[in-house]
Formats: sequence, structure tokens, C-alpha cells
Amino acid sequence: MTRSATAAAAPPEEPGAPGPGAAPGGPSRAVRILRYLGGRLLTAAVSLLAVMVTSFFLFRVLPGDPVRAMTEGREVSVEQLEELRRQFGLDKPLWQQFADYCLGILRFDFGTSYQYRVPVAELIAERIGPTVLLAGTGTLVAALLGLVLGTRAAWRRGSAGDRATTAVALTLWSVPSFWLGLLLIVVLASGAGWLPGLFPTSGMSTPGVQGGFDSAVDVAHHMVLPVATMVAVVYAQYLLIMRSSVLDEMGADYLTTARAKGLRDALVLRRHAVPNALLPTVTLIFLNLGRVMGGVILIETVFAWPGLGSLFYSGLRVPDLPLVQALFVLFASAVIIMNLLADLVYPLLDPRVRT
Amino acid sequence: MSTDEGARAPDAAQGPDPAPLLRVEDLRVDYRTAGGRAPAVRGVSLTLEAGSKLGVAGESGCGKSTVALALLRLLPKSARVGGSVLLDGEDVTAMRWGRLRAVRWAGASIVFQGAMHALNAVRRVGDQIAEPMLLHGTAPPGGTQARVAELLESVGLPRWRARSYPHELSGGQRQRVMIAMALACEPRLIIADEPTTALDVMVQAQILRLIDELVAGSGIGLLMISHDLSVLADTCDRLAVMYAGRVVEEGPAAEVVAAARHPYAAALSAAFPRVGDPASRMAPRGLPGDPPDPAALPEGCSFRPRCAVAEARCSSTDPDLWAAGDGGRRAACVKVLEEAV
Repeated sequence: MTRSATAAAAPPEEPGAPGPGAAPGGPSRAVRILRYLGGRLLTAAVSLLAVMVTSFFLFRVLPGDPVRAMTEGREVSVEQLEELRRQFGLDKPLWQQFADYCLGILRFDFGTSYQYRVPVAELIAERIGPTVLLAGTGTLVAALLGLVLGTRAAWRRGSAGDRATTAVALTLWSVPSFWLGLLLIVVLASGAGWLPGLFPTSGMSTPGVQGGFDSAVDVAHHMVLPVATMVAVVYAQYLLIMRSSVLDEMGADYLTTARAKGLRDALVLRRHAVPNALLPTVTLIFLNLGRVMGGVILIETVFAWPGLGSLFYSGLRVPDLPLVQALFVLFASAVIIMNLLADLVYPLLDPRVRT
Repeated sequence: MSTDEGARAPDAAQGPDPAPLLRVEDLRVDYRTAGGRAPAVRGVSLTLEAGSKLGVAGESGCGKSTVALALLRLLPKSARVGGSVLLDGEDVTAMRWGRLRAVRWAGASIVFQGAMHALNAVRRVGDQIAEPMLLHGTAPPGGTQARVAELLESVGLPRWRARSYPHELSGGQRQRVMIAMALACEPRLIIADEPTTALDVMVQAQILRLIDELVAGSGIGLLMISHDLSVLADTCDRLAVMYAGRVVEEGPAAEVVAAARHPYAAALSAAFPRVGDPASRMAPRGLPGDPPDPAALPEGCSFRPRCAVAEARCSSTDPDLWAAGDGGRRAACVKVLEEAV
């Protein structure tokens, strides 16, 4: 066969192909991106709607009468109880309560807390900062720790270091967070034996500390134990995921190529194995970021951290319906929004999803 | 080759010939397995002169890819390597890590089966081609990007492809990228490990012609490994056929394919009907059975259980490579020895 004949017989193979970005016969790049975005947003909106409906009925199914709980231990007449019910709107039929709830949400009005007697939105605004600070810092530290240790464990698979790292992480993962928190308080905050109390036992700041820098240091000091507790309990999942996804990449051909090029092992790992292994881990990190907002309830309670977790706990005991409904919607939206963000960030990391 | 070549220590003892580009001597590789050590390569010796092309053929599992990886010490830790690999007279098996990393890709590069997963999926192909140049400091004064563009064009890809990701390319295009990458540091030796496997026949022919053109006249030595004897016969000057970790036949490519002396090499060449040869088309032959398990090799000649012409003595003698004709032909079969006498 002559040269030209071979070349002519292989049409779509090489040069003369269209420029980058132009997919022949398909919709343009911008349209595809918009379609992707639209699909994700729609899914998120539907989930959010389901959460709002669930939130309303979930807490009404729970046993407990808010009016009785709030007046417990006091002498109240039946008329007073009726008056309270009327104030809270609990005397109306269920469908009307639901309609009020839905109309309220449309105006971003979640109602007034039964026990605090202030608008729920105000309560949340006051408490959301500390929770985001605590949960965000904890997740960030846990994810970094898990990724680094997981990568190292996988790279030295089967070594003593790998086994020790994994064993420690799994042990800590199985420890209840409130127990670990209490233990840390006893040992490091209250002081035990010759150990002085190194960290504050509770709260987020020391009364009387003023000034930008001083109060930042003070808050950081208060954060050490709650963050340490949270990190210790959750970093194992990042470690295990990263370890297994680096292990999945270890036998891959492109790593042999990288080694054959003369790269040191450390570079083979950092430039080639880790970027590929990170892909499955990133989704998990985002999902967890959403989940920890509601997940720090125990830690906030143990350390008396003035966040949403302890607010939710106090609301549940009544049940303070407007408060718990709003918090439930908030916690669930955090998961939905982070999920959405994960979907949006993933294509930036993996070129295969982009096209 | 300059005159000081002859003054090198290893050559002084071996006569006036300059050191060949690659001399593999008695290469042995064992893998550690659950049931003890399994020998994958059992004493392979190969020689490749600068500017020439050597093909290594054999079924899957015969140890040919293990040889390729052993040349640059790329085998996993579970492998134990013996023998020597002299690249330009320098023993790769005795190099320090730093020297070895310097020789990798700059001295000898590998064209892997790029159609599959030999390229990193999340990095642009231009960056992957540039990587060894930046690492070894071989980027020309004109700049790395210009060199990448030049390399891409030399393998028949437009320069804007540097910005593509591997998944945006066809199998043949990925293989071209792999070849461009192998040429990046202008190595003296290119090892092509199954460079056309998993490509369709038309693309396969293009890739082979491309390799041929790029290597011809450049003084680069090519070691090509394939299970497909017809691919090797078209491209290479000399051919070595491997079976169960050993070279069983070696000689000029055309002669080995046309008239193999070892029964296994004969069966392998009969398995690929030659274009334009009605006789082979009418009687395509396969080879019954499977290659032996390296951990449990048969007594005597390792090919005996599948050999159509085996005799009683084959179960007691394991023949070495014997001279089997002109052009440095050698074969490892008791019958060859008989005919030569």
C-alpha cells in the first residue's frame, strides 16, 4: 500500500481536525455548561422544597406539647394555656398552620421563638458565626490531616507507619465525641495532678477581653479543645478515603511513565498520583462540610459553645417549633448547597467531566 | 562514534568493536509470590547497535515486558533482578539512584501502550511532554513550548493539541503523544513496549511508519516489544523470540519469520498469516495450550508440553541458544544442534 493511500484511508484520525472547544454536531460549550448548571440548580431546589415540608411535619409528629412544657412547674389556668396556644397559632387547624409556615418562609419569616420570644431569624443570625467558625476550622484541619496522612500511609502501604496511622485513626473514629471532649476538659482544661489547666473549659471568649487582636487570640484559645475533639473524631474518614484512592492509583500505568521519565518518588506522588486520587475525596469533603453544621451539636453542648448546635438542643426540649423547624431547614440546606458546590467544583478538577 | 570510545574499560577486554548501544547479559528477574519465587526472565541476553532496530516477540506472560521495565529498573519492589544491562557501556543495574534518574528518559525512553492509561488523565498533554525536558534541563533556548509544538508536529499532530487532555484524543493520537514524549530529550535508545496494541489496523500501520521514520537515520536505537510477530517483522532488523522467560530464537527479522528454526518461533509466525502469501492464508495455525506457569516450569525444555515434534530427550535437556545459521542466527532446540553437526 502506498503512503498517500494509507493516509487518505484514515479520515478522522489527525490534523485538520476542528479547533479546541468546537464539538462538531453538538451544542456549543456555553450551552452545555448552562444546561449542566441548570440541571444541578433544579435538583437542589427540589431537595430544598422537600426539606421544608418534612421539617414542618417532622416536629409535629414528635411527642410533647410546647405549651405544657413551657408552663411546667407554674400554676396556670386552662384559659391561660388557651391564650398561649392562640398566640402561637397552635389552635388553628393543621392545614392552616402549614399554610402560615409556607407563606412565612416565602417572606424569609420563620416566626418567633416560643421560649426566647424573639424572631427566630435573629437568634440564628446571632449563633451562626460561632458554629461556622468551629465546624469550618475543624473540617479544614481534619481534611488536611486526613489527606496528608492517608497519602503517606498509601505510599508506604503495609509498613509499620501505615498500620499505626490507620489503627490510631480508626480508634479515634470509634470514640464518642462527647466522651473525648469531657476527657480533654478534665485533663487539659480543669487540670489533673501536676498538669495545670491549659485551656478554658467552656464558652467562646473570656468576658472583659477587648481589642481585635487580643480577642482573636482569646477565641482561638477557646477553640483549641473543641476543634481538637472534632478533628480527632472525624479525620479518619478522610484518611481512609484518601488512602484507598491513592492505593487505587498506585498500580496505574501513568505512574510508571512518570517514574520512567526520571522523576523522584516524591514528585511522582505529588504531581501525578495525588491530583488523580483527590477526585473522589473532594466530593466527600464538600458533603461533610454541609453535614458538620448540624453534626457539632454534641461538641457545642459539651464545651458550651454558643453556636447553633446548642440552640437546636435547647429548642428540641420544648419543642420550640418555629426554632427547630428553621434550624432543620438550615442544616439541610447546608448539605444541599455544599452538594451543589461539589458538583460545580468537580469539573474544575477533572477535565474528563468538563466536556 | 569518537575514538575515545574504544578506550573505555569494558570494551578494551572485548576487542576492537565499540560498545554497542545496549548490551543485556544474562538478565534474570524473579517475582516474589505467595508460593515462593517465580522466575519471569531466565537469562536473557540481547545486543542492540546504535541506529538499529531489535524486536522482541512472544506471548503474554513470556517475560518480554518485564525485560523492557528491567532495562530502566522500573520493576516493582517484589522483583529481584540479576545479570547486567549495559547502556552505552554503563551498567544500569549498578547505578546509584541519582545517576539512574538522570539516565531515565534522557538516555533511554519508553513508548508505553499510550492508547490506554500511560498518560495522566488530569494534565494537559503539552505539560506531560514538557515535563521530562524541564526535569533533565534539555529544553532548547527557543523555549519549552516551542519544542513541544515541534515535537507534536513531528508526530503529525497540530500544535494546539498541546492544550488537550488525553481523553480528548483518539487512541492513535494518544500513541502519537506518547511517541513525541519519548523523543523529547533526544534519547539514544527508545524502548517501545507494545506500541500498537489496542489500536485498529489502519492506525497501527500509521504509528509503525511514524516510528520507522523518526528512528531512521537519527542514530537512535529501537527496542520494540510486541506479541505480534508481523508488526515486528515489518519494522525491525533483528528479532528475538521469547518463551517462558528465555530467548528461544534470534536472527535477522525476515529470516526468523520466513524460516524459523525453533518450533515455538515457527508456530508464532504461522499464527499471523502474511499478506500476499496464499499458503499461510490457507493454513493458519494456532498453538494449542498455554504458556507454562513461571512458578512451575516443566522439566527439560519448557516448550516440550506444547511442542509437536518433541522427543523423549526433550524432557531431560533444556537446550541453550545454539548457532543456527548465517547472520548470527541462534535457536534453543536440540534439533538445531543436531543439524548443525
